[in-house]
Amino acid sequence: MTKLDAKIPKGPIDQKWTNHKNNIKLVNPANKRLIDVIVVGTGLAGGAAAASLAEMGYNVKAFCFQDSPRRAHSIAAQGGINAAKNYQNDGDSVYRLFYDTIKGGDYRSREGNVYRLAEVSTSIIDQCVAQGVPFAREYGGLLDNRSFGGVQVSRTFYAKGQTGQQLLLGAYSAMSRQISKGKITMYNRHEMMDVVKVDGKARGIIARNLVTGEIERHGAHAVVICSGGYGNVFFLSTNAMGSNASASWKVHKKGAFFGNPSYTQIHPTCIPVSGDHQSKLTLMSESLRNDGRIWVPKKKEDAEAIRQGKMKPVQLAEEDRDYYLERRYPSFGNLVPRDVASRAAKERCDAGFGVNQTGEAVFLDFAASFERYGKTEAKVHGLENASKEEIIKLGRKVVESKYGNLFEMYEKITDDNPYETPMKIYPAVHYTMGGIWVDYNLMTTIPGCYACGEANFSDHGANRLGASALMQGLADGYFVLPYTIGDYLADDIRTGEIDTNSSEFAAAEKEVKDSLQKLIDIKGNKTVDYFHRRLGKIMWNDCGMSRNGKDLKRAMEDIRALRDEFWSDVKVPGELNDMNLELEKASRVADFLELGELMCQDALDREESAGGHFREEHQTPEGEALRDDENFTFVSAYEYTGDPGKATLHKEQLEFEAVEVKTRSYK
Amino acid sequence: MNLTLKVWRQKGPEAKGSMETYPVSDVSPDMSFLEMLDVLNEELVEKGDVPIAFDHDCREGICGSCSLYINGQAHGPMQGTTTCQLHMRSFKDGDTVFIEPWRAKAFPVIKDLVVDRSAFDRVIQAGGYVSVNTSGNTLDANAIPVPKEDADMAFDAATCIGCGACVATCKNASAMLFVSAKVSQLSLLPQGEVEANERVKNMVAQMDKEGFGNCSVTGACEVECPKGISLENIARMNREYLKANVSPGK
Ligand SMILES: Cc1cc2nc3c(=O)[nH]c(=O)nc-3n(C[C@H](O)[C@H](O)[C@H](O)COP(=O)(O)OP(=O)(O)OC[C@H]3O[C@@H](n4cnc5c(N)ncnc54)[C@H](O)[C@@H]3O)c2cc1C
Ligand code: SF4
Ligand code: FES
Repeated sequence: MTKLDAKIPKGPIDQKWTNHKNNIKLVNPANKRLIDVIVVGTGLAGGAAAASLAEMGYNVKAFCFQDSPRRAHSIAAQGGINAAKNYQNDGDSVYRLFYDTIKGGDYRSREGNVYRLAEVSTSIIDQCVAQGVPFAREYGGLLDNRSFGGVQVSRTFYAKGQTGQQLLLGAYSAMSRQISKGKITMYNRHEMMDVVKVDGKARGIIARNLVTGEIERHGAHAVVICSGGYGNVFFLSTNAMGSNASASWKVHKKGAFFGNPSYTQIHPTCIPVSGDHQSKLTLMSESLRNDGRIWVPKKKEDAEAIRQGKMKPVQLAEEDRDYYLERRYPSFGNLVPRDVASRAAKERCDAGFGVNQTGEAVFLDFAASFERYGKTEAKVHGLENASKEEIIKLGRKVVESKYGNLFEMYEKITDDNPYETPMKIYPAVHYTMGGIWVDYNLMTTIPGCYACGEANFSDHGANRLGASALMQGLADGYFVLPYTIGDYLADDIRTGEIDTNSSEFAAAEKEVKDSLQKLIDIKGNKTVDYFHRRLGKIMWNDCGMSRNGKDLKRAMEDIRALRDEFWSDVKVPGELNDMNLELEKASRVADFLELGELMCQDALDREESAGGHFREEHQTPEGEALRDDENFTFVSAYEYTGDPGKATLHKEQLEFEAVEVKTRSYK
Repeated sequence: MNLTLKVWRQKGPEAKGSMETYPVSDVSPDMSFLEMLDVLNEELVEKGDVPIAFDHDCREGICGSCSLYINGQAHGPMQGTTTCQLHMRSFKDGDTVFIEPWRAKAFPVIKDLVVDRSAFDRVIQAGGYVSVNTSGNTLDANAIPVPKEDADMAFDAATCIGCGACVATCKNASAMLFVSAKVSQLSLLPQGEVEANERVKNMVAQMDKEGFGNCSVTGACEVECPKGISLENIARMNREYLKANVSPGK
């Protein structure tokens, strides 16, 4: 087993990035014009990277599978983005953001990267405001903040429940500006099908034009993968329908190590599953936990009555409710981190206290907030003798101004009015902390191939705190990659344009065409979704919120069998040279069917519970996650060997110099 | 419930399209409209037919991918709702439902229900941004306070998801609501002010070039807009445009 070198700069933690930047090789502007960079993905990470690289003078080719870069999955983020601005003067600092992130990630992330993230976080907000991102403001005209799970300061910037949309439109507008100047060539409705290596270096990609079906070759001096996370391996998740693992998986197969594949974040506040037809799950922003209280009935009979519709939740007396998060974690209460909140919900539902028909839901209740806010409002408006009804009405207004669109969305989906009755929520797959392994420069183990945003593994450890993914995507894209890539490209100024007629390109193109043709030629009996759904069930049951060795071993066998069945019995109608949505799906599901097995292998190997990875064999008597720092303070980085279930494990030992590794407690 | 779907099928941009009939059964009222189409598509695939192509991604009403003209209305019968957020409880057992693509000269059909909306991107590229470098050396975010009312109005304009329902529903296929939303957002904020004149002129010029029709302030767009973008934005844009042409110096 080799040791991986993350190339973290020497020196004190708060000077690493500055010193490193000072020592990075520069590419002079005249030479930047001679260099092409491919950016795959135009979410926050890719959009920001493409805009910044173009602005620095490189020629950028950007790809996305949607019809416009403005629609990348980042657009769906609701809650907010963190930054250590300390505008609220509540004791926040770069160090505290760094510390919260390291602790929140259960000490399974890399100190150097996380510190840098916290450090550049403040510039992100400045940048976005300068671009015209309409963040929420206070009456004095200054920016407003709120808090998110796992922290005790208000450092989250937001734009109602549409933060992701506004940030993405910011990056998209920066891209648009560069597109208009001809510095970015945008390839919409194009899917990267493979990376092309020449002399061991990433030198381009093979892409499929999703409108014409044409297979295209694109050369570049470096390739940046910003293709997002792979949560859709579970079929049901909060991810957009098109989100997939293919770009990551293809570079993995070409030599990029895959880091911590089993770390999946399960988000505690999603709308519960309602039926078999369901195509995806909808997240209710975690910010709701600021004002909503989570509970289930104390008595099983009451839970039963509610499930059967014989009792309304509002009828249940206060003393008969179990506010289990407040009970178990008094200092963080409803604001514990996601992994803790998710497991606690599952624990109550498994014990028989679930409140919807399937028994897989808990309440998120705003009644107390209506009253609390209403009282303040009544005072502000000088209404001395306001009735309870009036108070609640006033309170509802306040809550509406904060979360109105989320309440509306909930009502549209469930047909329940959350102002009248508590919301029902349940955990769902949301985010993948694992991803392509990268060093401090965000370079993968393939020279010249980089990975940013959710596609890489580096900053969140075993659990991601809320409002940190947007921060990471933009940090990588705007402020990290544009510098670090110079170190590599400085040696490339004399290479000249990459020749896409080379044998390497021809071979990669042929491989892609053959595998797509193979899918079409199977002409089996079962739909792509059939396989995807079955894979999702295996993943959720055996590699989901909690896992154990026995089930994981079985799951690996099941996935292998399912994969064989897929390759002999899938049915993909339509043609190769045409817009063919089934073919797109089939090729993505084929990759999920491999990645799923690697995820199980990693989960099996990690004999400890950490963050989003809970191994049932390793828990405290109170049911909390039990980490094993002595044996598992490392990043698992897998090397592809031709068989997804038999990847070679490499370990990157994690060193903690700036923080002391402690048991994570939110009591 | 059981429904009869009449769906526009068109093999490619040049091909001639036609309405095809598909019966669907056992539709649950909790399904979204797109989930109902998923179920139909799965049946079609099982039969070896080519499934109906339609655009979608987030299925949360925010990415603006989904489109569909349903029973003569953009995004179907519910107001303020995208197709992915439209649920089958809005329909009745036995209904016949007509499903067509967005229709506008500037949005050519690619296949079945999928249209090309890249004209919107080109309008934004013509000036829908603040010209600031992504250098990280910008002013501290709180250095320029923005009155809450302005910020809220800018936000309201910024919520446009670029879906194109406004164009599809307009009898002139005008893109005024979309363009005015972006113009408004940036003109309401101090950051965008310096280039306000250039911006509105360039964006309007590009809009015309793309083949969108004229706005006759009928207001159908506002009614069908899933994000409640208001006609006030069009008024604001007209003012901006007038101002830009009266004082070209700025
Ligand atoms: C519902 C929801 C709410 C969230 N809320 C928050 C929040 O409040 N705060 C927070 O910090 N985080 C939040 N997150 C997480 C956060 O939104 C994502 O982690 C982040 O946006 C990912 O950004 P990205 O740029 O890495 O990838 P994405 O935005 O997923 O972009 C991926 C891009 O890659 C492209 N792509 C993928 N594969 C290919 C391919 N093969 N070829 C070509 N292009 C390809 C896509 O077209 C797309 O442009 C939320 C996530 C969800 C699902
Ligand atoms: S203005 Fe409304 S209808 Fe038009 S593109 Fe924007 S969100 Fe869609
Ligand atoms: S699919 Fe994203 S808005 Fe409908």
